[in-house]
Amino acid sequence: MSKKVLIKGNEAIGEAVIRAGCRHYFGYPITPQNELTNYMSKFMPEAGGTFIQAESELAAINMVYGAAGAGARAMTSSSSPGISLKQEGISYIAGAEIPAVVVNVMRCGPGLGGIMPAQGDYFQAVKGGGHGDYRNIVLAPNNGQELYELTVKAFDLSDKYRMLVMVMADGALGQMMENVEFKDEETPCKVDKEWATTGTSMERKKNYITSVYINPDELEVVNIRLQAKYRVVEKEEVLYEEINCDGADIVICAYGLAARITRNVMKLAAEEGIKVGLLRPITLWPFPKDAVSALADKTDVIMSVELSAGQMVEDVRLAVNGRKPVYFYGRTGGILPTQREILDEIKKVLGKEAE
Amino acid sequence: MPERLHPKSLEDTTMHYCPGCSHGIAHRVIAEVIDELGIEGKTIGVASVGCSCNNYLYFTFDMQQAAHCRAPAVATGIKRVYPDNVVFTYQGDGDLAAIGTAETIHTCNRGENITMFFINNGIYGMTGGQMAPTTLEGMKSSTTPYGRDISLMGNPIKMTELIAHLPGTYYVSRQAVHTPTAVRKCKKSVRKAFEFQKLNRGVSFVEIVSNCNSGWKMTPVKANNWMVENMFPFYPLGDIKVPEDE
Repeated sequence: MSKKVLIKGNEAIGEAVIRAGCRHYFGYPITPQNELTNYMSKFMPEAGGTFIQAESELAAINMVYGAAGAGARAMTSSSSPGISLKQEGISYIAGAEIPAVVVNVMRCGPGLGGIMPAQGDYFQAVKGGGHGDYRNIVLAPNNGQELYELTVKAFDLSDKYRMLVMVMADGALGQMMENVEFKDEETPCKVDKEWATTGTSMERKKNYITSVYINPDELEVVNIRLQAKYRVVEKEEVLYEEINCDGADIVICAYGLAARITRNVMKLAAEEGIKVGLLRPITLWPFPKDAVSALADKTDVIMSVELSAGQMVEDVRLAVNGRKPVYFYGRTGGILPTQREILDEIKKVLGKEAE
Repeated sequence: MPERLHPKSLEDTTMHYCPGCSHGIAHRVIAEVIDELGIEGKTIGVASVGCSCNNYLYFTFDMQQAAHCRAPAVATGIKRVYPDNVVFTYQGDGDLAAIGTAETIHTCNRGENITMFFINNGIYGMTGGQMAPTTLEGMKSSTTPYGRDISLMGNPIKMTELIAHLPGTYYVSRQAVHTPTAVRKCKKSVRKAFEFQKLNRGVSFVEIVSNCNSGWKMTPVKANNWMVENMFPFYPLGDIKVPEDE
């Protein structure tokens, strides 16, 4: 049944997992994503699925490898330090082209860092993280409804491309309670997984899942195929939201919670006669390069606002390619920038540009 | 010409293993048992890392290749999706007893209904003969050029005895494949291991003490003799844990 409920972000992800037809969840506790693991432990058995609290993040991601390699929709979730541990498995999943979903409810680092919200894992998620040339599709929700919808979408995308899809939320989105509408029928996998290891039943040739290619010629062919697939994803799957960018005094590039805060900054700024636009990447990879590049024709100043020391700003600068100045403002350590702080920074930047 | 009896579950191809290595025989034993039990179509194997990392090329049934040490976790994932299929891991000593200790212990402790094959040759063969967790005291390797000094490097670990203590293991045995008699005994043990999997009573585990004549820098015959004289006293062959009603 379609229904609207007041629910914590982490639990909205959990409900999306169930409704997307995923019946295999492998987790390991870490704050601030624990409500998701708890939710799975309660509702997976009810849905006739598998919940395993693994002995480590490493084991959990490799259970996903096995289950998803056997053709099931499978997922794991964690928070930043735990996602670091999963990187080995993430690289193997990319190499073996297994569809899988990983949720990262980000906290602040580096190291054990703290448990407060952050966006310091952008590089790790978008630029690699594990070894080798590979990409993950990375989705960045900015409210409870998107946590739900993008998690469902993550399963569809992973099946479509045989890729790992990461949902990047931050601690605040995971912990916040919001109204979320659950849809009647989500789309359990419609893709025929004829490559999966299901047992041959003596009806077909063997399937094997692997990322080992000792012969360099073979491995290069695999790499070329992966890159070709990534180019298709870059062409087909870019998602972003653009608000008031045309003729804006300044456009803020921000995702997730930072974008959420920026929406309020836009109202505050308007009261002072400053027109602020927002470009919000929803897919961090593929990055909305063209949309960001086009900002150079729509505004004179661009600023990336992040809960980090400046990570996505590098991609913004690459896309803008020097045609307009690109500034950065961010807070680290788990501290959220206030609307007033961001507005002050906007005024500072505009003042500097006016000189 | 007598008919060449090649197991159906084994590809008719040349293996890359060194002449004299135990891997090929261990593969054949597993393939013959799978044939005899008629389970080829429902078997899903998990290869790990080391010399046997691409042994999926040699078997005819579905397989997955796992990261170093993660085969039990991968097998757990597969078995939870297909509880009625036959799932096994094939791992070496570095894989199962060093880097994969956590996965090994916890998969056994959860009592996953899988079969684990543990090839113990006391050395890292693939990377050039380094010390393994199972390397014997005094044994030379490329990282123990003066022999394994247990005061510095710790004792060789008896992983098989260790996991036999866990209630999640149902059948635990140690075998070898260096003589026809040993092969026959090993085959019986492998057969039991697969048969027990059907009972859903936990992990069935067979260690196969093996040679690594290249890594040990011996001829195949000398390596087998050395194994009998040195490995078997420390890793005695035979069943370690058998179900009470057996």
